[in-house]
Amino acid sequence: MDFLDVILVLDSTVRLSIPLILAALAGLFSERSGVFDIGLEGKMLAGAFAAGAVGAVTASAWLGLGAAILASIALALVHGFASITQRGNQIVSGVAINFLAAGLTAFLGFAWFHRGGQTPQLPASGRFQGLVLPGAETVRDVPILGPIYSELISEHNLIVYLGFLAVPLTWWIVYRTRFGLRLRAVGENPAAVDTAGISVTWLRYQAVVICGLLCGVAGAYLSIAQSAGFVRDMTAGKGFIALAALIFAKWRPWPVLGACLLFGLLDAIAIRLQGVALPGIGEVPVQFMQALPYVLTVVLLAGFIGKAIPPRAGGVPYVKER
Amino acid sequence: MTGTTPAPQTPTKARRSARRRGRLPAWIDFGLIPLLNLAAALLVAGLVVLFIGENPLDAVQILVWGALGYGEGIGFTLFYATNFMMTGLAVAVAFHAGLFNIGGEGQAYVGGLGVGLAALALDRFVPWWVTFPVVIAGGALFGAAWAFIPAWLQARRGSHIVITTIMFNFIASALMVYVLVELLTPQGAMQPETRTFETGGQLPELGWLFAAFGLDIGGAPLNITLFVALAACALVYVLIWRTRLGYEIRAVGFNPTAAVYAGISTVKITVIAMLVSGALAGLMALNPVMGEQHRLQIDFVTGAGFIGIAVALMGRAHPVGVVFAAILFGILYQGGAELAFEMPAISRDMIIVIQGLVILFAGALENMFRPGVTRIYNVLTGPGRAPGEAKAGA
Repeated sequence: MDFLDVILVLDSTVRLSIPLILAALAGLFSERSGVFDIGLEGKMLAGAFAAGAVGAVTASAWLGLGAAILASIALALVHGFASITQRGNQIVSGVAINFLAAGLTAFLGFAWFHRGGQTPQLPASGRFQGLVLPGAETVRDVPILGPIYSELISEHNLIVYLGFLAVPLTWWIVYRTRFGLRLRAVGENPAAVDTAGISVTWLRYQAVVICGLLCGVAGAYLSIAQSAGFVRDMTAGKGFIALAALIFAKWRPWPVLGACLLFGLLDAIAIRLQGVALPGIGEVPVQFMQALPYVLTVVLLAGFIGKAIPPRAGGVPYVKER
Repeated sequence: MTGTTPAPQTPTKARRSARRRGRLPAWIDFGLIPLLNLAAALLVAGLVVLFIGENPLDAVQILVWGALGYGEGIGFTLFYATNFMMTGLAVAVAFHAGLFNIGGEGQAYVGGLGVGLAALALDRFVPWWVTFPVVIAGGALFGAAWAFIPAWLQARRGSHIVITTIMFNFIASALMVYVLVELLTPQGAMQPETRTFETGGQLPELGWLFAAFGLDIGGAPLNITLFVALAACALVYVLIWRTRLGYEIRAVGFNPTAAVYAGISTVKITVIAMLVSGALAGLMALNPVMGEQHRLQIDFVTGAGFIGIAVALMGRAHPVGVVFAAILFGILYQGGAELAFEMPAISRDMIIVIQGLVILFAGALENMFRPGVTRIYNVLTGPGRAPGEAKAGA
């Protein structure tokens, strides 16, 4: 593997990590507020479908993105209604959301577009195209730094840059704003927040809506930025990998970035290594690489490498004292 | 069952609210409320059908006819229901211990490996009834083994069983693809699947039984796994409500702290309940692997493990409820196939939508109808005559 190969693997790492980063940050907002969310997968899928469908009909990437966010927030509100207002079981609600999204996207896609659940191929205006950063072409031939700038940093679409920006932004919101302080407090001790005269319900609904927004962007990335249309079950477990990354990162923004890049790298290497024999090891089965993020998460959860402690009030509906 | 602890209340408040809420009779708790949840789910599904411009009433008619209107339809309905009974029981047993086993899909998948290996080893040498107990043991053992690690991690290391079982579904999927593609597919075969089992690895179908009642189930692969599933329902009932172990499982599910105080080991009970749950899920593999396809294929579970969640929630984690809910989902599954054929605009994905809605209404929103129903019931029965109250001496 020479230098350019490394650059190419890192480049696809970036592309593969973005939906994970966005979805994991989405989960961070929800779970830090005390609402467990295993429905990231479903919300992403709904977003991907809405973006693909609206993008195909209107030929506008921005309308597609808007539709993705709306669809994802709608499902997030269902989750919020079930787990905040009705005090239902948050895990069960998340499972329901995943099935609703899997069924509805395939069902509506089939009924509307007659392509076996796919949306039509998007025109160029319906997609987020790669942005060539200034000077990328001129420095391409500079050794080492040239390829790094022009291949790795430049030529990604807008959502990629937004995804990376979302990490410091999330950190700032969670740790440096009043809302963030309250968000963290409501996930640890909602009764204390309630005593301070702040509405637990309203705070959690805000968190759930932010979660929906970010999942929607993640979904739109899959269908109208990374590829040119929606195919059924497009998320293919990415929502769960994002959940794993969130746990891996112990519910903190910067480690989320690290975990998502790690899982993205594993994915990129798995694609790269297909059919390649490594010296001394032989051919690594692609299934092994696919299973690795899940195995790592289980090992982490088992407490063998550090300890993942979730927000204390996570999963528990808040009952206001009367 | 929901795994959450109710908010602490002062004794007087608790008693007053208990009286206000009353205890609902079983027919409302286990009959009317699940039906209301189902009705809500079907209503929303009907709106979705209306939304794409088809007539929901026509759709229901085709669906019911396709599932129950003729012999072969009934055969397929019961065939699918068999799968859902096993996976539904698996989820239900875990519920009783206060555990949410989302890993039924993976446990059934790995259970299929146990079934397949046993069948491949024996099918050429012995008749099916010799293979039968061995494959049952194989499926149960492999399914239980796949549930063991999450169970042990939950019990000993406190890792959340919901997350670990989700992860194990994906690991199972990768593992099974590897095993099937690299190890079990015969040389030169096009599909990643084992060779077809000989007669010693095929379970008898039940066409003759229904023919005796004048019903021709045609090509439906309904087989004796149905009786395994019904026997499992009976055994689960006995286990949960008629044995010491079942009592301990329920005690841990209701209140782990009290269970520990009563000398029950939550570690032991958590592991045992998950082993039983995994074994039941693993047995589901008998039906598609040995009853229908007669070989082990990739993705043969096709979501049955997840439907088990909906079945267990709708059946209120009771074996009788599970049987009814499984038959209902069998109807939806078979009728949905017929519907996709008759009304091409409605694909089979409608079933997944209904499944999601049932989980939503019967599970996450289970508290939505109860207060209203209780109020109506209390008005109808009149004050001071709330049943169960007098007997309980409250």
